Amino acid sequence: MNEKMKALKAAFPYTIPVMLGYLFIGIAFGVLFENKGYNFLWAVLMSTLVYAGSMQYVAVNLFTGSISLISVVFITFMVNIRHVFYGLSMVDKFKKMGKFKFYMIFSLTDETYSLLCLTDVPKDVNHNLFLFFIAILNQSYWIIGSLIGSVAGSLITFNSEGIDFAMTALFVVIFVEQWLSAKSHIPAVTGILISLICLITFGSSSFLLPSMIIILLVLTLLRKKLDVKINTEIKEQNDNDLEDKHEKKAREEYLEC
Amino acid sequence: MLTTFQSLMIIIVIALVTLFTRAIPFLIFSGQGETPKYVVYIGKVLPAAVIGMLIIYCVKNVSLTKLPYGIPEAISIITVASLHIWKRNNLISILGGTVTYMILIQFVF
Repeated sequence: MNEKMKALKAAFPYTIPVMLGYLFIGIAFGVLFENKGYNFLWAVLMSTLVYAGSMQYVAVNLFTGSISLISVVFITFMVNIRHVFYGLSMVDKFKKMGKFKFYMIFSLTDETYSLLCLTDVPKDVNHNLFLFFIAILNQSYWIIGSLIGSVAGSLITFNSEGIDFAMTALFVVIFVEQWLSAKSHIPAVTGILISLICLITFGSSSFLLPSMIIILLVLTLLRKKLDVKINTEIKEQNDNDLEDKHEKKAREEYLEC
Repeated sequence: MLTTFQSLMIIIVIALVTLFTRAIPFLIFSGQGETPKYVVYIGKVLPAAVIGMLIIYCVKNVSLTKLPYGIPEAISIITVASLHIWKRNNLISILGGTVTYMILIQFVF
């Protein structure tokens, strides 16, 4: 099978939960934007160029003429500042992605980031193509959703209240997946606890930034402790690889005899 | 309503700033040499913490002092986690949890 088709087929099932969520919130965005007097061309343009879920919801209210471009810059920066932290954990991964790198950075949304964190990338597919298809499939759902929303939003009568829980469920699945495969649970527990404390302290509209800064600080302080754990993991893997090689060599020698 | 040009400018500004927030770490650490050891370390431990944070982010508006006290969210999250530990199948876990949630908020609470 063609390498590209193979990677696409492998990537698609992983993106289905995002498809459910993105179609839904994309449709909702399209409806909102349409109600402000911006037709489907605008919605598609925005979903193609901006591609940021929560920011596009915020943006709908910026097309009033009473807000300066400088304010738009500031608001966008504050809403999207969390993306800095996603990139921080992808620097090494994207470095090896060559021509895909720019698109991977551009399309690093919450959901794409979380799928890229998945530990079990299928072994027999092209790694870079697999990650690229996850990213581009996700954006296509988002664009299609906003298109449907602006063209046919008013026709949807099915009670879809709560369907956006698919996003929460996706994060829970990835959390469990990482929990089951992690050597140390300290990072996961750190993330949950600090965010909860910050949510209680700073309130729901402004807890994200302090959470991220404190998480980063705590993980930095724990480096000595955690680095040892992670490195023993890597060493064990290398040992396994080495054993595999020895076995293979032994088998080859046996066959030659 | 704004003119087409003004609207276009807003979209372009939002697009550029969004791209900038995503690109900052790469602009800082993307030298040709090896990635600093600290960044490699952070890249390994940060995802688990950030996913934990995103779960909290998703339930940030749930009130524990008003009906239904976050019960639908709690039940649905437990459903997702249990299904996932049991079956290890992304789709079953996510669909199961989402349907549970929709039924709970539409018909039960």
